[in-house]
Amino acid sequence: MKGWNWDGFFEYLTNTYILEGAAVTLGLTIAAMTLGVVAGCVVALMRMSPFRILSNIAYFYTWLIRGTPLLVQLIIIYTGLPQIGIKFSVLEATLIGLVMNEAAYLSEIIRSGISSVPKGQSNAARAVGMTDVQMMRYIIAPQAARIIIPPLGNSVNGCLKTTSIASIISMEELLRRTQVLIQEKFMVLELFVVAALYYLLMTTAWDLIQRRIERHFGRGYDIKADAAEQR
Amino acid sequence: MQPMIVLEDVDKWYGKNFQVLKSCSLTVSPGEVVVICGPSGSGKSTLIKCVNGLEPVQGGHISVKDMEVTGPRTKLPKLRSHVGMVFQHFDLFPHMTVTENICIGQTRVLGRTQAEAEAKAAALLERVGMSDHARKYPIQLSGGQQQRIAIARALAMDPIAMLFDEPTSALDPEMITEVLDVMVELAKEGMTMMVVTHEMGFARKVADRVVFMDGGEVVEDTPKDEFFASPKSQRAVEFLSKILDH
Repeated sequence: MKGWNWDGFFEYLTNTYILEGAAVTLGLTIAAMTLGVVAGCVVALMRMSPFRILSNIAYFYTWLIRGTPLLVQLIIIYTGLPQIGIKFSVLEATLIGLVMNEAAYLSEIIRSGISSVPKGQSNAARAVGMTDVQMMRYIIAPQAARIIIPPLGNSVNGCLKTTSIASIISMEELLRRTQVLIQEKFMVLELFVVAALYYLLMTTAWDLIQRRIERHFGRGYDIKADAAEQR
Repeated sequence: MQPMIVLEDVDKWYGKNFQVLKSCSLTVSPGEVVVICGPSGSGKSTLIKCVNGLEPVQGGHISVKDMEVTGPRTKLPKLRSHVGMVFQHFDLFPHMTVTENICIGQTRVLGRTQAEAEAKAAALLERVGMSDHARKYPIQLSGGQQQRIAIARALAMDPIAMLFDEPTSALDPEMITEVLDVMVELAKEGMTMMVVTHEMGFARKVADRVVFMDGGEVVEDTPKDEFFASPKSQRAVEFLSKILDH
């Protein structure tokens, strides 16, 4: 039995190689979520479109992506597709896989958020002369956001951890770099605990950010908080 | 005088089999107050929503002043910015304060500056007796207060006509008067108004004409005194006896 090595643990806690890996994880999450929200909006609007063909395409897309594991998708994109002449770099393959997944899950979250805004709101927005785009931007989206943020926050939290799956196609993120160091130094427990702590740090930071966003979009729904703000 | 609102032989179906509006025609002159009443399901709410194109129609034609509502090339947002509408359930924007509710259309649709919009909002809040509530959110207000804000929101656009779709039906009895008072005042100032309501007291006080609808048809369209004194149709007699006798 080797026992726990405190010196090793603290050394890796501030190791720049690991820190860079954490930064890549963070970057992947930000990129995947940002692009995923945009693509998810498109899929959600297609799904809600009165044109059958658009909504069928959107349905098929979410069915396909949500019905297969990200791990399998990544391997197909990175390892499988070159067989038919389509080649992506590790980073490209990772981003494509993550964004495709986020878009599929987020589109359902966004769709439920938009559906939750009462019909009267769109009538009222139209009645003052807003165009559909203005109505979406000033009236529907801010109200849908209040419903969307909690499950969206879940997705961000999930995405921070899901990026680790990309280590399988040798994406140099936090988990991959931890494993590389383990193979050199054999401090298995210390290094995995360091990695776990970094994930925990990032998810905790997101928790705090999410709470602020929720407070922002909760304006007008909490009588006590609104009254305090007006004082 | 050129009429303000014209509906001509308006037909509307829900799906293929259910016809909600059957060849409805009616005209509202500038400054006129027309009350539309009738049993529930008679199509009166649908009819008033057709005037600003919130409900599409399948037949006939509708115009407001010199703007065509029906027809493929109509710019509905532009038309709606000239026609105020007040709904049964107020439908204030819950994520905005009272002042923001009254300003959003002015700034985003009419292109007024924030300062202009806020000055207008303040004046309208004064007028509907809600100045103390400018910074509150709709959830903090009673139904009657919310409906007065909704009226202010519509008036902020300087409409050429106002549409009211059962503005007091969702209110507790003690709040109906505060809303009707605002509407009576508006009528007296010469606003062109189309009002779907069961408030016959309001109709007696300020209406010029009463339109009675039943089963998707305009059954009667008469000056108010005539309507209350001697309704022509049996259906109107029955309707009046039901809502007045208690």
